[in-house]
Amino acid sequence: MQNHILSIILFTPLVGALFLLFVPKENKDAIRWIANVFALAGLLVSLPLVPWFWDKRFEPGFKFMEGAPGNWIPSIGAGYVLGIDGISFLLIMLTTLLGWISILSSWTAIENRVKEYYIWFLFLQTGMLGVFMALDFFLFFVFWEAMLVPMYLLIGIWGGPRKLYAAIKFFLYTLAGSVLMLLGILFLYFHHHAVTGVYTFALERLYETAPRIYSDYGPYAATLLFLSFFFAFAIKVPMFPFHTWLPDAHVEAPTAGSVILAGVLLKMGTYGFIRFSLPFFPDVLTHGRVRFWVMTLSVIAIIYGALVSLMQKDMKKLVAYSSVSHLGFCTLGIFALTPLALSGSVLQQINHGISTGALFLIVGILYERRHTREISEYGGISNVMPIYATITMIMFLSSMGLPLLNGFVGEFSILQGTFMEKDIAGHPGYFWAAWAVPGVVLAAAYLLWLYQRVFFGPVTNPKNEKLHDLTPREVATFVPLLIMAFWIGLYPKPFFQILQQPVEKTISMVRGPDYLKAGATVNAAVKPAETAPQFRVTLDDRGGIPTHGAKLVKAPVAAPKKKGTN
Amino acid sequence: MLFLDHIWLIPLLPAVGAALMFFFGRRLQKSTVSAVCVGSVVLAFLMACGGVLQYTNWGAANGHRPYEKILYTWLGTDTGHLNYQKSDGTPASFRADAGFLLDPLSSIWLLFVTGVGMLIHIYSTGYMAHEGGYYRFFGYLNLFMFSMLTLILANNYVLMFVGWEGVGLCSYLLIGFYFHRKSASDAANKAFIVNRIGDAGFILGMFFVAWLCGSLRFIDVTGFARDHAATLMGNPIVTAATLLLFVGACGKSAQLPLYVWLPDAMEGPTPVSALIHAATMVTAGVYMVARSNALFVLSRESMLVVAIVGALTAIFAASIGLVQNDIKRVLAYSTVSQLGYMFLALGVGAFSAGVFHVFTHAFFKALLFLGAGSVIHAMSGEQDMRNMGALSEKIPVTFRTMLVATLAIAGIPILAGFFSKDEILWQAWKFSPYLWAIGFATALMTAFYMFRLMYLTFWSPSRVTSHEVEHHIHESPKSMTVPLVVLAFFSITAGWLGWPASLGGSNHFEKFLEPVFANAAEKEAPPANESGLGLTEYLLMGLSVAAAGVGWLMASRAYSNAGKGYTEPIAAAAPPVYDTLLNKYYVDEGYDYVFTGRRKLGDVRLGVMGLGEASSWFDSHVIDGAVNAAGWITRSTATFSSWWDKWIIDGIGVNGPAILARMLSYPARLFEWGLVQWYALVMTAGLVGFVFYYVYH
Repeated sequence: MQNHILSIILFTPLVGALFLLFVPKENKDAIRWIANVFALAGLLVSLPLVPWFWDKRFEPGFKFMEGAPGNWIPSIGAGYVLGIDGISFLLIMLTTLLGWISILSSWTAIENRVKEYYIWFLFLQTGMLGVFMALDFFLFFVFWEAMLVPMYLLIGIWGGPRKLYAAIKFFLYTLAGSVLMLLGILFLYFHHHAVTGVYTFALERLYETAPRIYSDYGPYAATLLFLSFFFAFAIKVPMFPFHTWLPDAHVEAPTAGSVILAGVLLKMGTYGFIRFSLPFFPDVLTHGRVRFWVMTLSVIAIIYGALVSLMQKDMKKLVAYSSVSHLGFCTLGIFALTPLALSGSVLQQINHGISTGALFLIVGILYERRHTREISEYGGISNVMPIYATITMIMFLSSMGLPLLNGFVGEFSILQGTFMEKDIAGHPGYFWAAWAVPGVVLAAAYLLWLYQRVFFGPVTNPKNEKLHDLTPREVATFVPLLIMAFWIGLYPKPFFQILQQPVEKTISMVRGPDYLKAGATVNAAVKPAETAPQFRVTLDDRGGIPTHGAKLVKAPVAAPKKKGTN
Repeated sequence: MLFLDHIWLIPLLPAVGAALMFFFGRRLQKSTVSAVCVGSVVLAFLMACGGVLQYTNWGAANGHRPYEKILYTWLGTDTGHLNYQKSDGTPASFRADAGFLLDPLSSIWLLFVTGVGMLIHIYSTGYMAHEGGYYRFFGYLNLFMFSMLTLILANNYVLMFVGWEGVGLCSYLLIGFYFHRKSASDAANKAFIVNRIGDAGFILGMFFVAWLCGSLRFIDVTGFARDHAATLMGNPIVTAATLLLFVGACGKSAQLPLYVWLPDAMEGPTPVSALIHAATMVTAGVYMVARSNALFVLSRESMLVVAIVGALTAIFAASIGLVQNDIKRVLAYSTVSQLGYMFLALGVGAFSAGVFHVFTHAFFKALLFLGAGSVIHAMSGEQDMRNMGALSEKIPVTFRTMLVATLAIAGIPILAGFFSKDEILWQAWKFSPYLWAIGFATALMTAFYMFRLMYLTFWSPSRVTSHEVEHHIHESPKSMTVPLVVLAFFSITAGWLGWPASLGGSNHFEKFLEPVFANAAEKEAPPANESGLGLTEYLLMGLSVAAAGVGWLMASRAYSNAGKGYTEPIAAAAPPVYDTLLNKYYVDEGYDYVFTGRRKLGDVRLGVMGLGEASSWFDSHVIDGAVNAAGWITRSTATFSSWWDKWIIDGIGVNGPAILARMLSYPARLFEWGLVQWYALVMTAGLVGFVFYYVYH
């Protein structure tokens, strides 16, 4: 069971989607029940992973590995390789949870083309899980692209008035990034062959050779290659100034689509940074100006996203821009390149999934009742929907980072981790942290102002007088999110422990193992990771192909010729 | 050690009360709500008393060390990971515990917060008896007690920050308790956001502390700062850390320039104003600075800033308080002003004097607010003092207790405020006569506006506008008056704990606090000529008592006969000054123009909202414009390409030659019609032609 747990989690939603194909589309309730059963099953099968992973949390390397490199399409070296570490574990749990919640929340919201809706949603679920599980670049790219299609359809078919514009913008924008990434992947692939004589997409093999690109092809080529990945991920996150697809996609998407979009899809960008950009291009990040610009963009996103959010008149757009601000914290934490900031960043990604997911549910609930998201249409809602108002308040507080709720833990770790670094791209860490802190103040401003305009005061609009409070089903969608928000806020230690191994591995891959050794004297019991002599990259327990002997073919790789085999 | 070991229960008890209200409050009877919520605070108070008592014994046996109780690691991995480098390059571990600390400083806060909190909870059962949302109110109050007690008992800065933000949240919720009123929800937002600005400073200050000391535990930080005092003196990191922490204190304790939220906070129910915005929460800034005293004394600049900001706030707020007409606003500005005194004391290095003033102030200011609440209750909700007067006979308990509090705050000898305020002024004099002068002027103003309040409310002829209200005036129920009497008792006696040596006392208060401010005490070197200074001390004491008397006298001359439409003496003497004071120096308006952008300067909106508007415009026009332009360019290129393809490539390039060929072939085609008759005709014609040619050639 443990050997195949990842495949089981991965394909449960897909089985549901296939099963739904055989249900007549007139039978809407049956479809809803089946979809919800499979969504719940998707969550339930992922739960055993929690204790199993907990036991292995400090073990090095990826866990629950499945498949072997090159076992899928041996001729090009693509394999069905799955495996997780602490970072992907948390994101997978978030995905299964939010997937279930989104499908549950769609019960009354979706009335037309019910069957297709649930089929695509379950399909999307598999795609997202695959992205977080794949340890083979080819497989990763398949999932990465595969999940675009259902999201495109969810926005394009079940969206709001400008759904086509939003769907096409979302699709093309993301696709543009993916194409660049594909080129980058191929470069790594052929470079690996040039170094070792082996064609493979296996991630752990590429980890061994990719950092050499900087010395093999020079800083310029390495930076270009870094950028090819950067654009793909930056668009997905989205980082300023690649964010404008986000508000449109969010505003037009159905509620559940927004929840998944904000909760999970955006995390693929940050996940990509952590999983690929950092270990592949350590020298690009530690030398050169790239990191300065990425940090600058993060800080701009934090403040700018919050400022734009402040002035929105549409609730969903407001939440969408707040995502830009929050994700700015996440990218800041990633590129600060310290264990603390990176842990905080991953935690903040989970927190953002919980809080912002809940915020979109909250907006969706009002939208379902009133079919408008204009803030000015509301006022005094806490008079008619007190339970709803209370839950909203808690989620708002979580989103603005109030201590004892989840948001604070992530933000605090990111800021402290950034602050303590002596030098980040030519500036001391406190310089960056100080720029990011106003975002915390602005978060309070836009959320409280929104709350005041929607919930406080007397009911001014007669249409709002008869709104009914949350149904038990709706409350059920919030309960797990509330529990998680308090858990992370009150007792985040398990999360920090789960993140410890992958974060330290990633950081030592970027900054060399000596960086962590410097801090390891605090606790002598901690053994620094073993390192291969020639490389500054840390290999994990699976080891790698010994590459010292292999000769580097300096000739530019003949990409066009080989492409035929792809 | 029962109480000490379970010290974490003290904040937890009200938290349980709050949680019960959150889940079940709606379904509970009012009496059950009161029993649960008041009960939890009473229990907390009893536990606090037990804890402090046990601590004094424990401390005596353990060299007055702070007592620490750690429940679990809150932030961090607990495996020695998540390390960072301190400013000197040595490693330190990221960590914050859910841990609680009791020492003399937190003991004092613990006692008066639970004590005053308990009295105000009891008072509220009477005051809020006829209000809606009873359970909500008490739930918030209990949540506040939890946050405040967490703030006080935390053993590290991060956990203190939990309480710090928590009290801010509760303040927000309680100011906005009457959320139907826009003014209330506006004030609530203002309070939270201004506090958040302070909190941002707190966070950064905290990071500097961690960067310098490698820990956020108070024991570690204090130890580090005292051990390395010589090398750290004048270190810019210390200055940055303390100044940023002080920004946090300015937010929470309503100092210049972040005081603006406190007067507006009076939109909340009056017990809230008493508990949060007078006695407890607003002293959190003082607590935090006192808690960080080991760091603050290492930076002269920071200490000076604290002292100057405190002194300026004291006189600034007092001057506004001179002319306000809303009874609660007068008290609000008075609170800001008194908090300024406390910071003045901290800034001149007299930490125990500042703490002493916090302690005495908690009693008489809570009493003043509760008394004001009782007055408002009697006046059917009227808060404007211009419509009061002659209440002393009708609500005698309220009147007498408020008089005690007024005498205490004005600094009349042997009442609580006299000792603490006098101590502060004396320490300020030793530091700088200028600061003393500001404090002295403030003392005069304090006496004036407080007696103005007393005359306008209780003594002057009645100016009550409606007979209904007049008829309805009544003394408050026992649940409200008993807390008043208890507080009045402490307003008299609380100061005796700090009876100064110069008046033959032994100042137990300062002795009790000595272990906390150990190095601060060293800094105030005992003056060489004790006798000469002793005389000055008596002289200054006499002066401040005289100031109180003069203030009273001036108020009595101006207001003892204030009938309907009386004139303010300041308005008569200098109308522009009066207008400026009445409009609070136009600070709120200025902030709205410059910082928030809620008001437009001409057609231009500045401040955050201006930035927000500009950013939104930039986002939709420039950034999204660029994206749409890219789309447009692609589409127009595609349109052009398809046009080009159709008309140029296919048209001119491919179809063109074809057309040309067709055109050119037209004449030739004429011969190839496929019409046999035509062929025959042509043949015939040709034949005829040939025949003629040959015939005539």
